[in-house]
Amino acid sequence: MDDSRSFDAYDSEPAPAQLDDIMQKIAEHKGCGTSGGSGKASCGSGAGAGDMPAEIWEKVKNHPCYSEEAHHHYARMHVAVAPACNIQCNYCNRKYDCANESRPGVVSEKLTPEQAAKKVLAVASAIPQMTVLGIAGPGDPLANPGKTFKTFELISEAAPDIKLCLSTNGLALPDHVETIKKFNVDHVTITINMTDPDIGAEIYPWVFWKHKRVTGKEAAKILTDRQLQGLEMLTANGILCKVNSVMIPGVNDDHLVTVNREVKSRGAFLHNIMPLISSPEHGTVFGLNGQRGPSAQELKALQDSCEGEMNMMRHCRQCRADAVGLLGEDRSAEFTTDKIMEMEVNYDLSARQAYQEKVEEERLAKVAARNAELESLAGENADLKILVAVATKGSGRINEHFGHATEFQIYELSSDGAKFVGHRRVDLYCQGGYGEDDALETVIRAINDCTAVFVAKIGHCPKDDLIKAGIDPVDQYAYEFIEQSAISYFKDYLARVKSGEITHVTRGDADIRQGAYVPVNA
Amino acid sequence: MTYKIVASQCTSCSACEAECPNVAISEKNGTFVINPKKCTECIGYFDVPQCVAVCPVDNTCIIDTSYPRYQPSA
Repeated sequence: MDDSRSFDAYDSEPAPAQLDDIMQKIAEHKGCGTSGGSGKASCGSGAGAGDMPAEIWEKVKNHPCYSEEAHHHYARMHVAVAPACNIQCNYCNRKYDCANESRPGVVSEKLTPEQAAKKVLAVASAIPQMTVLGIAGPGDPLANPGKTFKTFELISEAAPDIKLCLSTNGLALPDHVETIKKFNVDHVTITINMTDPDIGAEIYPWVFWKHKRVTGKEAAKILTDRQLQGLEMLTANGILCKVNSVMIPGVNDDHLVTVNREVKSRGAFLHNIMPLISSPEHGTVFGLNGQRGPSAQELKALQDSCEGEMNMMRHCRQCRADAVGLLGEDRSAEFTTDKIMEMEVNYDLSARQAYQEKVEEERLAKVAARNAELESLAGENADLKILVAVATKGSGRINEHFGHATEFQIYELSSDGAKFVGHRRVDLYCQGGYGEDDALETVIRAINDCTAVFVAKIGHCPKDDLIKAGIDPVDQYAYEFIEQSAISYFKDYLARVKSGEITHVTRGDADIRQGAYVPVNA
Repeated sequence: MTYKIVASQCTSCSACEAECPNVAISEKNGTFVINPKKCTECIGYFDVPQCVAVCPVDNTCIIDTSYPRYQPSA
């Protein structure tokens, strides 16, 4: 019904007609907007597995948070049923919600398990590519085991195709492994910021353990022991584990290489190192004492140094604990409790499956196009590497106007192909004292380490300013697949460098934007 | 005596609710409150009052001296 995302009316990318028909049908019987996100598709079977073992790839290939490739195509949602927490983190201020798990912890409203179950059905009916339901707070799901597992129970009965996952600080984890198994939760994320209690004491002021508040090194020792024990128990039971770490420069940045080794040896399959969010206005201990977050290149350097040890996650958006939709978009405002309780929900599994089959077809086409382009790059053996920024709304295509982009996806191009290395948010430019006039400047700062920016469309003024800043605005690949286009651009770039037409210059560093993702129409 | 929650400080995180051994804590008008008739200051259960120990905001669960000291029945 009320679809406030009016800018979708401008979307002009060609979506397969069949897909639109299916979306139309789905939209008809549940009064809720279906635009936004993506009428586009794709997702795919074997493609994109990289060096992941086949059985793990099978489990994660449609999980937007676990597979970089899947996050272009599939959506997730969080339900905020777990407000209580059992530890205190210096990057979190519970007076303003919790700042870890998804700027982390920011929610508009708490839900009961029954409300949460209805919300999941409503969203899954409106967004057929929604495949994953997560509980990530705003506190700790396992500090609220009753609410968390009741929610899983209700959802697994009503929508058995939806994958369940939860995100925890790990303190209570060993006590709940059996229950996690029972509800068929096959994905768990544990936030592990240290394995050294001396470093832990700088991050965690206290934990609530065995009915007492424990502080200092002792608290950190209990926490790390419980986290690692929980991780071992989960992986021994065949439950997939991702580890989240918050990179805090000067506190745990060097130590995270050790953490990476420790969690890998205990079976974690993916490591997500996230930048600290620490603005003074969040009122966190780190925010107030001036602890800074890392720059884009510092974060990338740490992620690069851990790569090879295990898969690194680089597409995390540190989303809200009630986020809904594709990563990088947030449709939670469409699904407030008031709206959901009025909705008549008709959960149609076959319509969802039909849509997802189309998504798979397009996803395979994307990979085929990428591979074909990659073949033509074979034989090029330059040491040259460049970063490019891409404006996209999902489905792996360059399909966003420069001026509408709230984030840019960053790819590293080399003679090995195009590798996704992160994203840069540019959504908060009007906040923090910047005016509209400075908007472009903040965008340029966010992608200042990039050689080019790929867009579906761009105006003359920003084009000129980008060129002045040394960033090449590229719109000739509008609505094409990202990776295929990027490789094609890189081939051309190499040729022009070789012929002397252009000189390759090393770009500088870039800013990581602070704060939560705030939807434009919220 | 009994413990009380300072409403202006309460973040409504609900951490205390599950820890109270007397089920004395519930949500009311967006914040949590302690039923003084049920509160035993955790005497007989734990060394420290559980609401105080788990509350993330200092000085939010505090002693309410307007009630007499809790007397465990013999």
